[in-house]
Amino acid sequence: MSKEPAERAGKEYAGGLKDGVAIGLGYLSVSFAFGVAAAREGVPLWAAVAISMTNLTSAGQLAGLSVIAACGPFVELILTQLVINLRYALMSLSLSQKLDPSVSDAQRLLIAFGNTDEIFAVSSGRDRPVTASYFAGLLTLPWICWTLGTLLGAAANRVLPASILEALGIAIYGMLIAVVLPVAKRDRAVAMVVIAAVILSCAFAWMPGLNSVSAGFAVIICGVAASVLGAVLRPVED
Amino acid sequence: MGTMSVGRLILYIAGMAIATYLIRMIPLAAMKKKITNRFLRSFLYYIPYAVLSAMVFPAILYATSSVLSAAVGCAAAVICSLAGLQLLPVALISCVAVYVTELISGLL
Repeated sequence: MSKEPAERAGKEYAGGLKDGVAIGLGYLSVSFAFGVAAAREGVPLWAAVAISMTNLTSAGQLAGLSVIAACGPFVELILTQLVINLRYALMSLSLSQKLDPSVSDAQRLLIAFGNTDEIFAVSSGRDRPVTASYFAGLLTLPWICWTLGTLLGAAANRVLPASILEALGIAIYGMLIAVVLPVAKRDRAVAMVVIAAVILSCAFAWMPGLNSVSAGFAVIICGVAASVLGAVLRPVED
Repeated sequence: MGTMSVGRLILYIAGMAIATYLIRMIPLAAMKKKITNRFLRSFLYYIPYAVLSAMVFPAILYATSSVLSAAVGCAAAVICSLAGLQLLPVALISCVAVYVTELISGLL
């Protein structure tokens, strides 16, 4: 468990910062949309910004917002977060395998905070192990942008026309597609897993009976089933 | 929302933040060894793509004010991704595609 040398750490941080630019800019538009939604629900600006600073999760925050706005029970709020965000447990497990041996226990605690869908996706796609300084660099801009976008969205709620706000709603999905498809194009096995996950996900959205399963659980079931399929049919090489 | 107190709001925010953090933290702190089991390693390799795909589709179709504009935005994102564009251009182009589609369908 050797520590990272300072010089390498600086380079790693800079590399992470650079990889985080695209995520940050994407987050700006998505968190802007969250800020707008929060303002529409009557959540004060400071609270919307505090939610973004401390949670850093789009789907979870959006779901939490509806419970908060309705003054819903605290237990419902926590359960919603657990279900919708349970996928992060899988992502953290996967990320644990990608971390450099130099990462300390304390650094793991900090890395965990920033393990979002997109940051995880970029970390996974990296051709080298993930060091603490690389991850810190990767997290910096997305976190700032996520907070800033929320602030701007909550403040600009009444300024922007609805047509532009509607169009921004698709930004986060566009980004996730850009994360997944290039890998699926390179790796046929990933493509197969992606198609399986999409078919299952459509079934959970539209088939009577299955569509009563909550969105958070459905994502987990689809993700696990499609990954098991991939692991059975096309196990990865060493 | 109206009558909510600042105290209750802070409690909500703290509860959300702690729940989200623990989900991310526990597996990362607990799993320090390299997993050697081939099935598990394969499973963890596929998980990000499977989970993200299930999150995106079909939810993307309901992300805008009409399924039509969302489908056009989705198609734009798929084509741009396969053409090798980066995250941000893909996201922006799909937003523009949605905007233009809603503009045109509003005129018809």
